[in-house]
Amino acid sequence: MAVLVVAEHDNASVKDATNKTITAALALSSDVDVLVAGLGAGAAAAAAAGIAGVRKVLHAEGAAFEQGVAEAVEGLVVPLMASYDAVLFAATATGKNAAPRIAAALDVSPISEIQEVVNATTFVRPIYAGNALETIETSDAKKVITVRTTAFAAAGAGGSAAVEAVTAGAPSAAVTFKGAEIVKSDRPELAGAKRVVSGGRAMGSADEFHNVIEPLADKLGAAVGASRAAVDAGYAPNDYQVGQTGKVVAPELYVAVGISGAIQHLAGMKDSKVIVAINKDADAPIFAIADYGLVADYKSAVPELMGELAKAGL
Amino acid sequence: MKVLVPVKRVIDYNVKVRVKPDQTGVDLANVKMSMNPFCEIAVEEAVRLKEKGVATEIVAVSIGPQQAQETIRTALAMGADRGILIQTDDDLEPLAVAKLLKAVVAEEAPELVLMGKQAIDGDNNATGQMMAALLGWPQATFASKVEIADGKATVTREIDGGLQTLEVALPAIVTADLRLNEPRYASLPNIMKAKKKPIDVKSTGDYGVDVAPRLKVLKVTEPPKRAGGIKVESAEQLVGKLKEAGVL
Repeated sequence: MAVLVVAEHDNASVKDATNKTITAALALSSDVDVLVAGLGAGAAAAAAAGIAGVRKVLHAEGAAFEQGVAEAVEGLVVPLMASYDAVLFAATATGKNAAPRIAAALDVSPISEIQEVVNATTFVRPIYAGNALETIETSDAKKVITVRTTAFAAAGAGGSAAVEAVTAGAPSAAVTFKGAEIVKSDRPELAGAKRVVSGGRAMGSADEFHNVIEPLADKLGAAVGASRAAVDAGYAPNDYQVGQTGKVVAPELYVAVGISGAIQHLAGMKDSKVIVAINKDADAPIFAIADYGLVADYKSAVPELMGELAKAGL
Repeated sequence: MKVLVPVKRVIDYNVKVRVKPDQTGVDLANVKMSMNPFCEIAVEEAVRLKEKGVATEIVAVSIGPQQAQETIRTALAMGADRGILIQTDDDLEPLAVAKLLKAVVAEEAPELVLMGKQAIDGDNNATGQMMAALLGWPQATFASKVEIADGKATVTREIDGGLQTLEVALPAIVTADLRLNEPRYASLPNIMKAKKKPIDVKSTGDYGVDVAPRLKVLKVTEPPKRAGGIKVESAEQLVGKLKEAGVL
């Protein structure tokens, strides 16, 4: 059985989400190829070839791939599937956008956000915001799968796969890329960060979010997250949202500040190793899943915590 | 411009779901059901397009049990003009739903399909993209802003890292993300008016498409529970505990 992993990359390097998807792919088969489609993505293709367990890297060039346009990815991947039994994407915005399109083109029922490979046809995936897990068996000859990356370890270095160029067809005329506003940050990427500090509605303003959450995150070398309420209120950009329909994170340390803990938020962070909650409402649902709860107003608690972290040498 | 809005009846987002002891699924008996929140956002966007004079007719379509008529009535009360219910007691997979909706598109010939990006029961986030592929239409998923002009939709999308803007030629599929709008509450007069709006009831057999499942649910289980933690008294104690846990 041959498996294709569609890589996420920035043309220079492969994203950690892809290393994790490769681990899931290797649980299906030892014949795992990686597709790197981008613009000037030679370095990313070379990086993919260096990942342990990769058999071959397919490298395609095209402007539409740089923007992750689903129609372009469909046009590239569907013909390639003549040689593969399964295709895996990381369950990121890009992967979720493209994978179902490819599944429909192949007349396959997609399998979304798997968190466990039971065997080559059986998978475990969360439903109802992770409040239930379903074990499903597919009868489709080909499989189209997205992978919840927090559930898999990243495949390491040590591979020496060959890179093979593949040609892409003409891009779809029906879609035109008009622009992007990408949040620039020196902080770790939220989805794969080892530590995350998230702020909630209690922040009250974008300034307060910026002045309270970000310094604490920087002190911890953490990524910044937010609850839906904080994003809806405009305190934080959409990309920060942790939850059922935002990012799913599972860091070693998750610090929730002024977040009450709606089930939709818990869905995105409950698999974190250690959860800290700071909230002045002792009855906030977040305390039910927090390892360490501090019932206090963040206005005093966060500066105190910053001081204690400084004393501890951070 | 005609707009088609598929809507799904799901467990209300505030309800804590319970897995059945026999592991066959989640308990839907005596549980509050509502329109999927993302579908509500899609209906609202369609109604706003009609209010702006961009859309001329809004058709709400649901695939589900007889009670899914209530979900369609909600859409009609918000401002949709008429409804179609494809009645089935089977829990159809996104592939089957996309095939049925494709058949509805063939009959209704909308220029725009506006739908939620994801239903909060199956959490698949798949049907819109699949419909787009089956129809050969462009897609603009996870929309936080939609503008229609000159036979095109300019859509701002929520992606990893920020926002992206795509222009798609109509007809197209647009799937709604959370921040596209805040859905209205239907007023009492509009709820009364909605009762008189037509709903066409069909069956899956009327469309001649294969809706057989491809996936077999072997079991549905509860996720492992987190052991309860402790309350700390101070930031100092918190840092001590985090050091002990080895995460600092």
